[in-house]
Amino acid sequence: MSYTSLQPIPQRHWWRLRVGPDEKIWITAAYAWCLVMLVWMVGWFFLGNQNQVGNAYRVTIDGFTAKMDQMVEKYQLKDASGSLMSEGDNDIPVVQVPVGGNVFIAARQFEFPVIPVLELGKTYVFHLSSQDVDHGFSLLPINVNLQLLPGYDYVLRFTPNKTGVYRLTCNEYCGLGHHTMTGKLYVIDTANKIVLDGKGGITGGGA
Amino acid sequence: MATIMATLRNPQDFTTCPDTGLNINKPVANLVKIHILTAVMMLLAGGILGLGVALTRWPAVHLLPSEWFYIFLTGHGAAVLLFWVHIFSVGIAYFFVTTPINARLATPKIAWLSYWLMLIGAAIATVMVLLGQATVMFSAYPPLKAHPLFYLGVILFAVGALVPAFLVLATLVKAKNERTFKGSMPLTTFGVLIWAIIAIFTWVMGAVIMIPTWLWSMGLIANIDPQLYRVIFWALAHSTQQMNIVLHITIWYTLAAVLFGARPLNEKVSRTAFVLYLFALQLGSVHHLLSDPGTSFTWRTFNTSYAAYLAVLGSLIHGLTVPGGIELAQRRRGLTHGLFEWLRKAPWDNPIFSGFFLSLILFGFIGGISGVTMSNQQINMTVHNTFYVPAHFHGTVATGTTLAFIAFSYWIVPLVTRRKLAYPGLAKMSTWIFGLGMGTFALFGMAAGHLGVPRRHWDITYADAALPFDFSAMAHMIMTVAEIGAVIGGFGALFYIISILSTLLGGKVLAKGALPALAEPAGLVAARMHGGTEPQHKGLEVPGSLVLCMVLLVFLIVYYFAQYKYLATIWGIS
Ligand code: HEM
Ligand SMILES: [Cu+2]
Ligand SMILES: [Cu+2]
Repeated sequence: MSYTSLQPIPQRHWWRLRVGPDEKIWITAAYAWCLVMLVWMVGWFFLGNQNQVGNAYRVTIDGFTAKMDQMVEKYQLKDASGSLMSEGDNDIPVVQVPVGGNVFIAARQFEFPVIPVLELGKTYVFHLSSQDVDHGFSLLPINVNLQLLPGYDYVLRFTPNKTGVYRLTCNEYCGLGHHTMTGKLYVIDTANKIVLDGKGGITGGGA
Repeated sequence: MATIMATLRNPQDFTTCPDTGLNINKPVANLVKIHILTAVMMLLAGGILGLGVALTRWPAVHLLPSEWFYIFLTGHGAAVLLFWVHIFSVGIAYFFVTTPINARLATPKIAWLSYWLMLIGAAIATVMVLLGQATVMFSAYPPLKAHPLFYLGVILFAVGALVPAFLVLATLVKAKNERTFKGSMPLTTFGVLIWAIIAIFTWVMGAVIMIPTWLWSMGLIANIDPQLYRVIFWALAHSTQQMNIVLHITIWYTLAAVLFGARPLNEKVSRTAFVLYLFALQLGSVHHLLSDPGTSFTWRTFNTSYAAYLAVLGSLIHGLTVPGGIELAQRRRGLTHGLFEWLRKAPWDNPIFSGFFLSLILFGFIGGISGVTMSNQQINMTVHNTFYVPAHFHGTVATGTTLAFIAFSYWIVPLVTRRKLAYPGLAKMSTWIFGLGMGTFALFGMAAGHLGVPRRHWDITYADAALPFDFSAMAHMIMTVAEIGAVIGGFGALFYIISILSTLLGGKVLAKGALPALAEPAGLVAARMHGGTEPQHKGLEVPGSLVLCMVLLVFLIVYYFAQYKYLATIWGIS
């Protein structure tokens, strides 16, 4: 009465054979770990501070882009000489909305069209979307990666906990210029005089 | 063996292997040969494209211009993930559904039809990619648009790949009616039955998403919702991974049987573990969408807990029972010293074994641990679309599935061709080089992902970007090591390709009764091994395997909490 996994099983009622203790130990341990992960994941949702669930709404590309344009119109920063601040060859506007305000980013081939300025420790409502194809929102160096889809407004509240110059890179292939698609974000702390230096960085407060 | 094998019906339709005693349905032998031959050509094409990609992402080499990089990358993904894996799978599915139960394949003609559909579909899609008309990556997320012929090629391929699933079912029904075997079907045939069921779901999903997308590419449909596409696409593409896993685990059980005369510790447990994959089916695919806008907390949690854990549990169970079966067989043979004598004295210089066992270890430790970790909702946003992702799935589909296929080829090709394996020296090196090279790629690639290096990206120095910046020297160094690993792995694949192609096309024909080289001790030694022994596995008989599993679990737990520890230090996000 011999067989391997390559031959039919001769014994009838093989499903009644008892399971050995090694298998029982392992299945119990593995299953217990799965439950721990479940509890932890749900627990983090309610108690942790990093959850990318947010809300999402269907929007029209034009409507969403118009909101971003309005934001830029209203909140684009001016430098010491009074001219509007922007960076890069394609003049990406530097924008600072009031604390708690809405930040709209409608990514497009191949740019993130605004450079937001945020205050340390304050919460902002980000609206992430795309004007054309799927893009990736990869916030560096903290390595937070979100998916941007045209027609969807991905709403997340961000509360930066460190001042600095942050970078964005697109990490969803979006066409032949994908590797040129970068962006930028400032986190300043006006109360402690950590502010924009006007040259693409921040200054003050020992930073 | 004769006691349990029913007498062979229609013996004229079979050849009996003098070495193993296995009866091989003649049309199946031809189908296995042509599918493996074709699949290996796809691996060759895909491997060359992969090398081009790796040599471009190796910062100091940066071989291809950007447009060609994206063309190569799309081609690589399609050629290996779709064509190599699935054409190979179909070929060996025909073997698993016939030989172990002495069955004849239902309607071999339709099997050939399916073959031509797959081949023509693959050819059309590949040509469109190489012409630069479909540089959209294999995932082809709309609104990025490819030439309609690209989608048509993929659809033809999917239809071709769907047919064998029905042939598997039909063959089982026919075998049942013809009473070709007594008792319950072997575990390996059961595995392929599960594969076929998943395949039907998978390729139907493929049609549901690809046909509208094709119509859209011709302007017949105005709009494809990008989120809906991603949901259905991953129901397709994740399920193909589930098919791969089922099949490579079936291979593990097979090679444990032919090398050691092993069988599962407990049939009920191993079969249940296969069935778990069915329950988890498309729901598990949500782990691809954890950082997408359109998915709710409840939906994510349900799908990444209940559904994913069933599949994870299934794999963890096989993780014990596959080495456990070997350990039990080896211990009964007298290799009882310590925890690991059974493993130390395994035939490590036989590529069938080294490929198989490396695939088991690398799949679990690299692919498994990274996969479980990144499928946790919050952790996902720290790796989504970074280099971590390709690193992870080279751990699963390259060092897991592909390496298992490589090992299995060294057994099945001499078996069905009755030819001596050509270039056994290359074969022996291939498993190690491929496994260790790809393993290095995966491990270092994961590290690069943790630093935020993006996937599918031509230039992480951002020389042409409007707002330039650069990754740290550390990130560049890690990418260098990763890509060197990939290139080394590519050579492993090349050695395999040389050996198998030479065997298939010009191997020395074996004399009657001669053992195929390297398949020693490939005989079904079960009679010797298990003759007269009690079938029931009692007591704690496989301590070594249990320890291996526990080590994996500890790694997983530590790594998992390390990720959450990092997460706790970054911005608040809600
Ligand atoms: C033969 C040696 C191989 C080499 C040198 C290689 C190398 C690479 C490299 C460098 C990437 C690029 C990752 C990125 O930039 O995002 C890649 C992507 C990929 N590889 Fe491989 N790989 C090999 C084998 C395989 C195998 C055997 C499979 C599957 C069976 C596979 C499946 C994939 C897939 C699906 C992608 C993703 C393509 C995409 O992002 O669209 N590779 N590979
Ligand atoms: Cu992009
Ligand atoms: Cu998946």
